[in-house]
Amino acid sequence: MLKSNSRNVSGLGDFVFSRLTLICSLVLIAILVNILVILIIQALPAIKEFGAAFLGSTTWNPVNDQYGALPAIYGTLLSSFLALIVAVPISIGAAIFLTEIAPVWLSNIASFVIEMLAAIPSVIIGLWALFVLIPAVRDPIEKWLGNTLGALPFFQGNQLGFGFLAAGIVLALMIIPIITAMSRDVLRAVPQAQREAMLALGATRWETIRKAVLPYGRSGLVGAVLLGLGRAMGETMAVAMVIGNAYRITPSLFSTGTTVPSKIANEFGEASGIQLSSLLELALILFVITLLVNIIARLLVWRMTAVKTGKD
Amino acid sequence: MSKFFKKLMPVLMALTLAAVIVVTGCNSTPTTITATATKTTSSTATVTATLTTNITSPSTIIATTPLPPTTVVTTLPPITQATSLTGSGATFPQPLYSQWFAEYATLTGVKINYNGVGSGAGITAITNGTVDFGASDALLTDAQLAAAQAAYGTLVTVPMTADAICIVYSLSGISSGQVKLTGDVLANIYLGTITKWNDPAIAALNPTLTLPNASITTIHRSDSSGTTNIYTNYLAKVSPTWVSTIGGAGFGTAVSWPTDAKGTGVGASGNAGVAGSVQSTPNSIGYVGLAYAIQNNLLYAQMKNAFGAYVSPSVASATMAANGFTLPNDMRIMVTNSADAGAYPITGFTWLLVYLNQNDQAKGKAIVNFLWWAIHTGQSDCPALNYVQLSSTAVLKAEVLVKSIKFQGVSLYSS
Amino acid sequence: MAHDGCKDWQRLIMYSSNLVARKWFNRFMLGLCALGAGLAIVFVCLMLGYILIQGVSFFNLDFLTHTAAPIGQTGGGMRNEIIGTLILVGLGSLIAVPLGMMTGIFLSEFANPLVASGVRFAADILAGVPSIVVGVFAYAIIVRPLHSYSAFSAGAALAIIMIPIVARTTEESMRLVPNSLREAALALGITRWRSVLSVVIPGAITGIATGIMLGVARIAGETAPLIFTAFGNSFGFDGLGKPIGALPLQIYRYAISPYKDWQQQAWAAAFLLSLLVLVISMAVRWLSRKRSS
Repeated sequence: MLKSNSRNVSGLGDFVFSRLTLICSLVLIAILVNILVILIIQALPAIKEFGAAFLGSTTWNPVNDQYGALPAIYGTLLSSFLALIVAVPISIGAAIFLTEIAPVWLSNIASFVIEMLAAIPSVIIGLWALFVLIPAVRDPIEKWLGNTLGALPFFQGNQLGFGFLAAGIVLALMIIPIITAMSRDVLRAVPQAQREAMLALGATRWETIRKAVLPYGRSGLVGAVLLGLGRAMGETMAVAMVIGNAYRITPSLFSTGTTVPSKIANEFGEASGIQLSSLLELALILFVITLLVNIIARLLVWRMTAVKTGKD
Repeated sequence: MSKFFKKLMPVLMALTLAAVIVVTGCNSTPTTITATATKTTSSTATVTATLTTNITSPSTIIATTPLPPTTVVTTLPPITQATSLTGSGATFPQPLYSQWFAEYATLTGVKINYNGVGSGAGITAITNGTVDFGASDALLTDAQLAAAQAAYGTLVTVPMTADAICIVYSLSGISSGQVKLTGDVLANIYLGTITKWNDPAIAALNPTLTLPNASITTIHRSDSSGTTNIYTNYLAKVSPTWVSTIGGAGFGTAVSWPTDAKGTGVGASGNAGVAGSVQSTPNSIGYVGLAYAIQNNLLYAQMKNAFGAYVSPSVASATMAANGFTLPNDMRIMVTNSADAGAYPITGFTWLLVYLNQNDQAKGKAIVNFLWWAIHTGQSDCPALNYVQLSSTAVLKAEVLVKSIKFQGVSLYSS
Repeated sequence: MAHDGCKDWQRLIMYSSNLVARKWFNRFMLGLCALGAGLAIVFVCLMLGYILIQGVSFFNLDFLTHTAAPIGQTGGGMRNEIIGTLILVGLGSLIAVPLGMMTGIFLSEFANPLVASGVRFAADILAGVPSIVVGVFAYAIIVRPLHSYSAFSAGAALAIIMIPIVARTTEESMRLVPNSLREAALALGITRWRSVLSVVIPGAITGIATGIMLGVARIAGETAPLIFTAFGNSFGFDGLGKPIGALPLQIYRYAISPYKDWQQQAWAAAFLLSLLVLVISMAVRWLSRKRSS
């Protein structure tokens, strides 16, 4: 690799240019650092005021300035995991189909169609959810779930349409393309030799996939799923439109709730003082959680798919 | 030479990073967001003194100032006024305001951009100085007044209009006619103690209606709202249980709704959001401004007022409520639970929040001109849009408030 | 690989002499996978189809040419918001493309591996920051100090989202340019920076253009960063320091309102925005297919 300290960098032009590119990169780092710094500084008053109790408290009362993060974090985690439950089987199944089973032309078209979904802005999915999904969830889906599985605490309560179930479905729709695309790349990176060895041993197609391909790509698949999770946790607009905005924790999937991004979107404009600080502490918590999930995801996916380069 | 730079690189990078961190540290002082801006003018003392003498001596104002002729200001003096303003706040008066701003722009070329984000956000925005004026149906609390005072000085609250808050509902099987409710029953619905539409308490008030045996979904505001403030102010006046459950004074722009904990409450954003939610959620109840109820063909209830009569929300009944109270000079008054026979009990004023001492002359001039137009010519738009026109007493007091807005000690108003 | 962690029933199926059972199970599982893919595609088609059909039915000349009407009145359009989105996307790209490309150039040409992995890592983190946090950040550093919502703050927020996308795709496309090209340029006596600009970048231009278009498609639809920065403007573009309207923001406001007219405009806007984004995505797809063939 041509390094900046090689004899090839000489003269003023090269020096200026290379330093210019360095400065631009530092700007990127500076933006990131700045975001973190501002979040921390603004969240400090709330951190000092509530300490660790903030994470466990369930009140959010601007009247007496008592705030707690638990319902928002619970809502974020619940809706994201619901989304994973719906999206992962579909995505991994689709990825397997696209890489192992489908002929190339079908695979290309199908991938293309699924990626179109990724391009749709979140607010438009929210619009669709408001007018198509919510009525559908309110009437056929929640009614049926309430009638058949109503004994379980997950399916009890008012069937409003708004709530975690709708939010989970919306998020699932948004992360299916990501998980599918990444899983497809991961599965494609599995060496053909693995498959051929299994087939030579007399395994069926599915057994090959199950025993050779999936285990080989396991870390990458987990990484893809985590990327989807990270995306789901940070999603604001579509969720804010369907979650119902109630600040509480109940086991029921029918109930309305709050997620961290939707809480920030709803209250940031009107918050000041310790309320603002608490909101930004929520933002900081979200930032840290999505950061961790994304880091783990990237590490897992990097291990699987080598970065292609023309340099060696 | 390249070896030299190779050695220097890590040092350069460390220095750059350090510079970055120092710069970010300097930028991100807590005062950036939690505004405690220091804007002290030496004339603050004299200004407050003048304000006091102007405002708190009603006798001098009423007795010595003759009724001004109702000059309709259609052409404005040539000027130094700014050509664009921004304001944000209440959604309650937004249909009226958006009509005003459109008309005003055609009339004078001054473009006023308004965002309906809720009274609470409007108060925060004007306190932070990110907008030129705020709009609120809620009176500022002492803490909010103090915060604004510390930021940019005294806030003047100029009344613009008043309106009724309708109790709207969507009942399966009932498509016309009005449900009758009392304040007590309404409070119990929002407390969650009355859970079904065919509860005996509601049925007793409505013997002729067949109410469905369905759970009541109570819709409320998810944002900090002046409409909520007026509504809960009324509930606090008519239901001691409400006050004790909510705590404190029992009202505010954002309260902890008891039905949320019970799972039957839904939060919607803005008057429009509540109207939309009631429209699309079966067997729900909500509170919205009259303009929104009528524009969206929502059914609304008749409320029993303090006199004992069932009154339907309308411009007439809201006007009676607004005019039934003695108006203070600073126009900071809640007009809920009026005891007049024909008055609608859930009524409230809405105000524009403007700083007494403007620090931009052009913008201040534009604001004052608009305010003057709004309390005079603009009032003629009210009836068609289902808002209450300010009474002549209210207009007089509003005029004094508008004239008190100054730039560097000089009133910005010029006729 | 064939011998790791089999449970009893799997061993039974695997080594059973009942080939028929294994074959049927195979077909069943492959069928499930096909079902998964089918479900995904069906969801996409249903949803996209609904959006496009619903949107196109409300998409008319009024929508394109009228400005927003006061609340509750019909006959408005989104002309100002369409222009606003174009301006904001342009502004965001203007800031993000140079910064992103220079970062990508740094990563692929000038950085030593340690620094490169650090910057790459930072770019990936920045790409994963929730957009609402970016909006809050832009509010804190631009809107608050300047005491004004502005097109500039909205453009900056969008640029922050776009920079990592452009940087990573620029880096990846430049790495795909074979070293022989660089060496040939150097052998001819061209200085390093000259060779990057006139040899390597043109060689990677398709990939870079792809990255820019992906970034544009992404920021054209972003709403959360605009909530606290753009404010909306019913009078159209008034200068970079003044509030500005944008399509996604308007869709959000109109969608949650109860007014039928507004909801229809929201659908029409959704149609327009989806169309824009889809066309860009298809162009990207077509460009990258050409490249890999």
